[in-house]
Amino acid sequence: MPKDHGIGAAQKRREDVRFLTGAGKYTDDINVYGQTYCHFLRSDVAHGKITSIDTSAAEAMPGVVRIFTGKDFEGIGGLPCGWQVTDKNGDPMQEPPHPVLAQGKVRHVGEPICAVVAETLEQARDAAEAIELEIEELPAVVDMRGALEGGSARVHDDLPGNLCYDWQFGSDTATVEAAFASAAHVTTLELVNNRLVANPMEPRVALAEYARAGDESTLYTTSQNPHVIRLLMGAFVLGIPEHKLRVVAPDVGGGFGTKIFHYAEEAFVTFAARQINRPVKWTSTRSEAFMSDAHGRDHVTKIELALDADNNFIGLRTDTLANMGAYLSTFASSVPTWLHGTLMAGNYKTPAIQVNVKAVFTNTVPVDAYRGAGRPEATFQLERLVDKAARELGVDPIKLRRQNFIDSFPYATPVAVEYDTGNYVATMDKLEEMIDIPGFAARRAESEAKGKLRGFGVNCYIEACGIAPSNLVGQLGARAGLYDAATVRVNATGSISVMVGAHSHGQGHETAFPQVVADMLGIDESMIEIVHGDTSKIPFGMGTYGSRSLAVCGSAMVRATEKIINKAKKIAAHLMEASAGDIELKDGMFTVAGTDKSVAWGDVTLAAYVPHNYPLTEIEPGLEETAFYDPANFTYPAGAYACEVEVDPETGKVTIERFAAADDFGNVVNPMIVEGQVHGGLAQGIGQALLETCVYDADGQLLSASYMDYAMPRASDVPFYKVDHSCATPCTHNPLGVKGCGEAGAIGSPPAVVNAVLDALNHAGHDVAHIDMPVSPHRVWQAMQG
Amino acid sequence: MTKVTMTVNGKTVSKEVRGNMLMTEFLRDELHLTGTHVGCDTSQCGACNIHVNGANVKGCTIFAAECDGAEIATIEGQANADGSLNVIQQAFQDHHGLQCGFCTPGMVMSAAALLKETPKPTEAEIRHYLEGNICRCTGYHNIVKAIMAASGQDVSSIAAE
Amino acid sequence: MYSFEIVRPKSVADAVSALGEEEAQALGGGQTLIPSLKQRLAAPAVLVSLASIDEIKGVSSSGGAVTIGGGTPHGTVARDVAASYPALAALAGNIGDPAVRSRGTVGGSLANNDPAACYPAAALASGATIVTSNREIAADDFFEGLFTTALEDGEIITAVKFRIPEKAAYIKFEQPASRFALVGVFVAKFADGVRVAVTGASEDGVFRWTEAEAALSGDFSAAALDGLAVGADGLMTDLHGSAAYRAHLIGVLTKRAVTQAG
Ligand SMILES: Cc1cc2nc3c(=O)[nH]c(=O)nc-3n(C[C@H](O)[C@H](O)[C@H](O)COP(=O)(O)OP(=O)(O)OC[C@H]3O[C@@H](n4cnc5c(N)ncnc54)[C@H](O)[C@@H]3O)c2cc1C
Ligand code: FES
Ligand code: FES
Repeated sequence: MPKDHGIGAAQKRREDVRFLTGAGKYTDDINVYGQTYCHFLRSDVAHGKITSIDTSAAEAMPGVVRIFTGKDFEGIGGLPCGWQVTDKNGDPMQEPPHPVLAQGKVRHVGEPICAVVAETLEQARDAAEAIELEIEELPAVVDMRGALEGGSARVHDDLPGNLCYDWQFGSDTATVEAAFASAAHVTTLELVNNRLVANPMEPRVALAEYARAGDESTLYTTSQNPHVIRLLMGAFVLGIPEHKLRVVAPDVGGGFGTKIFHYAEEAFVTFAARQINRPVKWTSTRSEAFMSDAHGRDHVTKIELALDADNNFIGLRTDTLANMGAYLSTFASSVPTWLHGTLMAGNYKTPAIQVNVKAVFTNTVPVDAYRGAGRPEATFQLERLVDKAARELGVDPIKLRRQNFIDSFPYATPVAVEYDTGNYVATMDKLEEMIDIPGFAARRAESEAKGKLRGFGVNCYIEACGIAPSNLVGQLGARAGLYDAATVRVNATGSISVMVGAHSHGQGHETAFPQVVADMLGIDESMIEIVHGDTSKIPFGMGTYGSRSLAVCGSAMVRATEKIINKAKKIAAHLMEASAGDIELKDGMFTVAGTDKSVAWGDVTLAAYVPHNYPLTEIEPGLEETAFYDPANFTYPAGAYACEVEVDPETGKVTIERFAAADDFGNVVNPMIVEGQVHGGLAQGIGQALLETCVYDADGQLLSASYMDYAMPRASDVPFYKVDHSCATPCTHNPLGVKGCGEAGAIGSPPAVVNAVLDALNHAGHDVAHIDMPVSPHRVWQAMQG
Repeated sequence: MTKVTMTVNGKTVSKEVRGNMLMTEFLRDELHLTGTHVGCDTSQCGACNIHVNGANVKGCTIFAAECDGAEIATIEGQANADGSLNVIQQAFQDHHGLQCGFCTPGMVMSAAALLKETPKPTEAEIRHYLEGNICRCTGYHNIVKAIMAASGQDVSSIAAE
Repeated sequence: MYSFEIVRPKSVADAVSALGEEEAQALGGGQTLIPSLKQRLAAPAVLVSLASIDEIKGVSSSGGAVTIGGGTPHGTVARDVAASYPALAALAGNIGDPAVRSRGTVGGSLANNDPAACYPAAALASGATIVTSNREIAADDFFEGLFTTALEDGEIITAVKFRIPEKAAYIKFEQPASRFALVGVFVAKFADGVRVAVTGASEDGVFRWTEAEAALSGDFSAAALDGLAVGADGLMTDLHGSAAYRAHLIGVLTKRAVTQAG
């Protein structure tokens, strides 16, 4: 019997009712009295010197309230980067200023130059067209390799070579060289991890109000982490202290990383509302989103694997160029380093691993974390490489993987992390069963009978989630702690509000989090409500990303609930004239062990708030507890994925015929939600593998600037997926034993797809070693031409 | 400005509108029906789908003035008379056919239009019909499943619950 | 969007006179025009909506031709010509998505002449006649290059007369993002010969592949196309495919269309 409540139950989501009836409240659904509208005049060139801005004609246009330019932001802080990476020479990364509105130069298409605030949006757009702007175009830096050459144009005038940092990590050079020197076989692969645009379906929106009386600002914004925005914007950009700044992220229509970051537009509306003493609203169009939301991925890598004569992995070496875009977005610097280099061991016991990363500035939109962030890049390199090695060696790719699996835990990798638990053999066994390998030959024959090629691809993945132990990441350069917080407020009648720092924008916290608390207290979920997304209502929180909500914030919630239980037991003990040590809590009843004396949950909570018969000298009235939780380690979800594709040899079109994912997420609170998270990640990974890519031309013009050219996965591009999470090895260091499931699908799927396409082509006699993503019909056709 | 009169979810409304006012703006800004969403500016995402005289239409790609005299249905009018979820909405909840909820109103409106045309669509028909409804969260699996379930088909054999 | 007014005439005559005003533009289904208005790529003072003109809506067939009103939405065409001209119905039923098909019209599609649009291929391959508010134009004379047609200012497409071929098929290979045709080939076999129209591929918009027509007119089979190829010169290269790839696809899709036509 599947459970119907508490941890492990596939409870239907309570938030669905409002979303299904049109009653959700997203930022753009909020309008406030006296609201003005903001339109940004954005750069249409990738790189240039602003020689003049004349706003006089525009200011005289109907409805214009005020026009802002970079001048209004002189002396005001730029957008900060939250992670300082240290170069291999010990120097801090280069961190050029990131202005809210362009200062003197523009550095990417879409960079905001002026902001027009007007009574209506169309008036703001009309006025923006009347601004006389002169830009002297400069040569654009687009290609990363070219950017690093001495003679290249400079994105930032004082940065010759456009290098942000040159980072090296893992085993020392001598160790790695020794491994390669002794290798029986070396497999080398050069590949691109394609630039993506996260594209949550809700575009970004920011609406700011200012109350002059109390000098208080409120920002409604489409954020995954309102407290982080309050901190960054308050402390580093606008100098507004926390107690005068409220940030609200109401219903948010998907994030996928791109709504973690602090953006110019939200800082601008907050600033402008204070200046004009009226609310200011900005709603991104999708076209604007393409040139102003941080992009993801965009790595170019050379990777080499050394194997001994028995096909054991003995060394791994990578050299990556990571595109930062024109400025450092909030967590940009950490993605190609600590979220990527630390994962290069994958699921394998390779003893010597060295990771080299050069981060490069270019005249493109800033690049930052997108679902998986660094880990998909690591997984793609490694799992493509292992597949290539298997083909070169003529061995079965699954067998080669199995042979090199890490098989005892905890396991300390050469790239600084320690995996606490895992069972890679179990997930691979499960995968083989799910995908029906014995049936493949028949399916291939069927495809061939239709004139199609069929291929099978597999890969493993490991990720580091539950981000992150503060003291560790602090040493690595993080400028913030990565704990989370929860307050459990038990009301007099026993109902509960849980204020959590994690933000739910699709993850279903409003349903899953109460399952945990209900389980601990033995009461019904319906008595528990989750409150999130408003800095004035919740203690603090670092938000939702890095598959951390349940592992970190959920742990804080467990700790706070434990405190509640402790106190409630004391109250119960008093009510029953027993000792607190003898009180047991089960199914919402407190009993004195070994007796039939009991009081109900509601009796205790009422006593806490109506403390007539109450030990006031020993315990305070009320029942509310807060806990902050800082994880001891990352969590390490892992799994094995497989994909079967059909390739139309005449057109190059690839279709996904079967996809299976066997994941180890540790314990699972709501399996329905977990599976949904995997499905969504798979579609994004398949999207990256087959469809999506963000392309700039040599002048830095964004060519894939709308859904007309940026191919989003549609329903017809994906199959029904088979997913499983039964091979669970619970996390050893958080109270729930959970690992996180939000990113796995996106991390684990691209290599399986590409491996499958290559299998199809090679089986058909095309000697194709690699195809870069997206594996579009055009690219497949080109590969088949030789 | 032109005066338009139309029926929205069974109620007659009359307003003066600008010529360039889209139905999405009319519904959201004039009628405060914010369930109809805007996810793109190239008419491709379907977050805005509504029914105009029974036809599935992108609310972002039709002017309010063109709907003078029309009967409009939006997500806000889909629930049963007693406020409970209708069959499609219920199937979306039962099968986890939504995550962030942003594409959901358009998905439900499209699903309703599909089932009116094709009461028992196949998986392929559903996927094809959803060409203009982009969801970034669900990977479509549970949306397709929910629509099959809403049409009375047995979905128990489809992988994963 | 810039500001403008909308008028909704009920007859072609009233629409023509409304379009005679300064800066007036026809609004068909709006499925192309509205997105471009959002980008502020057009600045009409008045939009003349054709949606209330009943005389330009609907489908009728007689004498080996099917006549489709210029204001007929794709969805209606997909349904109402399914019996008389199935290949055309299938084409209409695959344009965009159901909501686009509820509004977008055949007149709007032809007037717009997007180089990747589907209808131009059908019109050209069918040797259709485009009927306007003041004349009839043969498809062969109608398409004049990217987004340009023989239409004059204020001229309205009131109907399109498609000759019904003995056999026909349209194969669209979708551009992965827009799902318009990366290449689309319409093959129509008439008693007096075969016509092959190609969309999505050329820098000049839809065109006829006359060599294929000649070969197929003699022998209507995929094999008849062996050895024939369109040169890559003058074909488009973009993010989604090179000219050479498009040239290759034209060959593949033409064969498939012939096979499908049967
Ligand atoms: C998401 C999406 C996907 C699409 N996919 C495809 C596809 O796969 N294949 C395809 O072919 N098309 C596709 N289209 C385009 C669609 O077919 C449009 O409907 C069509 O191009 C324009 O027709 P319309 O009636 O909407 O015209 P409108 O957008 O109203 O007008 C287009 C132009 O034609 C003029 N015009 C309109 N009607 C007439 C008339 N009767 N006489 C003279 N001039 C007129 C207008 O003034 C305007 O200049 C797609 C559109 C969208 C939004
Ligand atoms: S908002 Fe209408 S289709 Fe995207
Ligand atoms: S549920 Fe988020 S876009 Fe579909």
